[in-house]
Amino acid sequence: MKIGVYVCHCGGNISEIVDVEKVAKYVDNQDDVVFAKHYSHMCSEDGQQMIINDVKEHNLDRVLVSACSPLFHGETFKNVAKQAGLNPYLIEMVNIREQCAWVHYDDLEKATEKATNLTEMGIDRIRNNNPLEEIKMDIGKSVLVIGAGIAGIQAALDLGDAGYQVHLVEKDASIGGKMAQLSRTFPTNDCAACILSPKMADVTTNKNITLHTYSEITKVDGNLGNFKVSLTHHPAFVDSESCVSCGLCAEACPVSVDDEFEWKISKRKAIYIPMDFAVPNRYLIDVENCLNQKARRKSGKTNVCRLCEKVCPQNCIDFENKPEYLELDIDAIIVTTGHDVFDAGRKPEYGYGKYENVLIAPEMERIIVKKSEGAEVRDIGKKIAFIQCVGSRDEQIGNEYCSRVCCMYATKLSQLIMHSAQVAGADKDIYVFYTDMRTFGKGYEEYYKSTQKMGVKFIRGRPSEIFKNPGSEKVNLRVEDTLNRQIIESEFDTVVLSVGLELSAGSKKIADILKIPKSTDGFLQEAHPKFRPVDTQKDGIFIAGTAQGPKDIPDSVAQASATAARVMRLLNQGSITMDPRKAFVHPELCDGCGECVSSCPYDTISMNADNIAVVDQNRCKGCGMCLSSCHSDALDLNMFTNFQLFSEVKAALKDKRESDKRIIVFADSICTYKLSDSVGNAKNKYSVDTRIIRVPSSSRVTPKLILQSFALGADAVFLGDCEKKSTPFLGSIDAVEKNIKLVKKNLEIVGISPDRVEFFQFVTVMLTKFPMLLNKMETIAKNKGTIPHEKRIKISNSLQEWLFPKNKEI
Amino acid sequence: MLKTIRLEDENTQFLKKVESISGEIITVCDQCGVCSGSCPFTDDMDITPANMMRKVQLGQSDVLETETIWICASCLRCMARCPRGLDLSKVAEALRQINLRTAINHIKVEDISPEEAKRLPAIAYVGAFRKLTG
Ligand code: SF4
Ligand code: SF4
Ligand code: SF4
Ligand code: SF4
Repeated sequence: MKIGVYVCHCGGNISEIVDVEKVAKYVDNQDDVVFAKHYSHMCSEDGQQMIINDVKEHNLDRVLVSACSPLFHGETFKNVAKQAGLNPYLIEMVNIREQCAWVHYDDLEKATEKATNLTEMGIDRIRNNNPLEEIKMDIGKSVLVIGAGIAGIQAALDLGDAGYQVHLVEKDASIGGKMAQLSRTFPTNDCAACILSPKMADVTTNKNITLHTYSEITKVDGNLGNFKVSLTHHPAFVDSESCVSCGLCAEACPVSVDDEFEWKISKRKAIYIPMDFAVPNRYLIDVENCLNQKARRKSGKTNVCRLCEKVCPQNCIDFENKPEYLELDIDAIIVTTGHDVFDAGRKPEYGYGKYENVLIAPEMERIIVKKSEGAEVRDIGKKIAFIQCVGSRDEQIGNEYCSRVCCMYATKLSQLIMHSAQVAGADKDIYVFYTDMRTFGKGYEEYYKSTQKMGVKFIRGRPSEIFKNPGSEKVNLRVEDTLNRQIIESEFDTVVLSVGLELSAGSKKIADILKIPKSTDGFLQEAHPKFRPVDTQKDGIFIAGTAQGPKDIPDSVAQASATAARVMRLLNQGSITMDPRKAFVHPELCDGCGECVSSCPYDTISMNADNIAVVDQNRCKGCGMCLSSCHSDALDLNMFTNFQLFSEVKAALKDKRESDKRIIVFADSICTYKLSDSVGNAKNKYSVDTRIIRVPSSSRVTPKLILQSFALGADAVFLGDCEKKSTPFLGSIDAVEKNIKLVKKNLEIVGISPDRVEFFQFVTVMLTKFPMLLNKMETIAKNKGTIPHEKRIKISNSLQEWLFPKNKEI
Repeated sequence: MLKTIRLEDENTQFLKKVESISGEIITVCDQCGVCSGSCPFTDDMDITPANMMRKVQLGQSDVLETETIWICASCLRCMARCPRGLDLSKVAEALRQINLRTAINHIKVEDISPEEAKRLPAIAYVGAFRKLTG
């Protein structure tokens, strides 16, 4: 093996603190090192060219650049390797700038010692690097959009227009979603149906969109670029090609049931069209209520009723219609499965379902639409109250969040009621009882003001209960006017509950099928709340609309277009490159125990025909969490192998003197390592006894590795990672916490203070917290003194038995 | 007459004190007023229960002089409905405690005449000394 080492001056940044010549001279004598040079700027043209020439001339097969952070110049040197004809995974960087020169600027001698040691660690690590090939996979342009509300429609249209093949799946008989049920939309008062229906029609005319209504996703396998989706089309019993929506069938149908689209304020037949502007515009038979279908289920009779069939001029009714099962090959998925409204029955003090006069807002929407269409609807009376935050901002029912739309829709509804009364010359007295008015969107505050102008009264106070006085037709409401500090008790003809939003039942089902996580508020979780707001933690799966969290129409549409753009960004390349730093199995070490199979949160590990574990390279995220489950070190992680990390720790302790303390710090790449760079930039100094070892995720650090570190001579071990909510690796933080507990327990057995191991979840702005915690570890190490040799021996002899106790019996 | 509220250190100290005695995090009160609407005794109170919470949030120690804190019967209707999960009865109790701990005796044993002493049942002493002496 031939290793070339380059120590960089960084134009003085490093060399003014660290004696780079001494470092180079020292490591020059290491095994396998052909030469160690030092140079002013390794990243400059000249520096890069020097490496390229040396590789060619000396046939170097490993290159180590001891300079700045790999997060800063890692890619630069990877490219240098490529130009030199060296596998890019055979060049590595050691960070003696951020982690040494900049944080130990007041102790030149110690800084030089540490830089030497860090470089040695790098040598011991790179010696065991394997050349890796980047995995390339071809990828198509077919996208599944689940849920055809406004968000799904928007995403499908954007993608269809851009030439992508879209399968738009909707569980209901028509697309349109919740928006189709609204009266008008704030803050413009556009009629919802009027602006939505042209978009719905566009879906049918777009030749790149295949629409699957009345359909359900039953199974999804695979990953980005090769999802296999199973789909069921439910039978509608009416042929959508030939149905002309004449409606004669419905006229003939003797069955009348509550119309769910109308929130049950009116009736429909057993053969019906979901709404006037349904897409596809065809009738369908409701199997639950159709007399013929009922008889068929009960007694097998097929000749009951069939009145609709007799009158249909197009002959499109087919009672024998069967479900169809489809399999789709999909490259990326967008989930827009939306919300359900809060079930007001869960707040019994408001009497919904008990008192006729208490409505929920969606019912009010339909009453307004129906009335404007001239239909006979219930009289809502003169004095009307709205109660805000029903099912939102309420720990009693478990929803802490604000639903973001109810302040505005209550304002809108009160405006619409006021307006139509004024037109009719009638009088209305409307009160909105709110906790806080949240009218934050564009044009919203102005809309709120215009409603106040119309005479709607807004009262700050959350009603506590609704009841009926004996003999009264009206309902009585009790509330504190918190601005007046007085209790109001007053009767109303109608009370409208402004119900909040919750994740829909359909969304929950899809989340389970796709195995995408939910956040604590119950909605689907985005990969990063700021920078990846429509991605999920699963590659190739995106979310938009109210399934991600409560939001209004403009935001849903914006998010939907964002998912379309994210999908195009991915699929447009025609192929994807995957990071080859993934878990793998040493088959000769695997004894087939199968313990690892359940350890991967991405369902990546399985046992093959020979009962040897295999890792699906397409799915593995490279977190390394699974490694802790293997008792025989058969599971391993490329670039961060057991042997590499062990060697690195060993090297980190090899120059340790009797009087020295040493703290091994395992830093995850995403948060902690980045943070340590910023700490370096800020020149916030910390203990020189620290050795930072980079890992993909701290869940890669097995209990065994931590105990081995102690056995090898570490005085303390510190692990850092992202906060649970921002790590991209599922389950990793819980896993680390479990590992740490286990280690602490075992340290106690030999009488070593468990305080010597610590784990912390960082956010990358904790520039003072990081040094503080490392210094604290140093103090602990100092106070607790040296760990006696026999205790270290005891750890090294017992760790296998501690960590895998049942192994004894095998 | 309107009085200006001064937001001084001592106001925060008062809030901290009530929080520590009651064990409730009073700053999370949203001032929604659900408690007041739920309370069966507001007609007899001088300030609403939510107003009591507000005064504590701002450290207005004149809340100690209100009737409300004595009228609260700890029926817990407010707690059952508070959307922020607060227990106002504990806050009222804390405020009563602050009053009681000032060691001012509102009844003095020596003021009770022997005739009265004879007529009063033992429980009356217990109740009176419990609520009215420091
Ligand atoms: S939008 Fe308004 S009514 Fe709805 S939860 Fe938020 S504050 Fe309450
Ligand atoms: S646990 Fe992490 S490293 Fe192991 S197989 Fe799963 S994704 Fe890959
Ligand atoms: S119900 Fe709770 S949050 Fe609302 S005002 Fe009362 S104490 Fe505050
Ligand atoms: S506990 Fe006190 S404040 Fe709360 S409802 Fe009962 S009496 Fe009113």
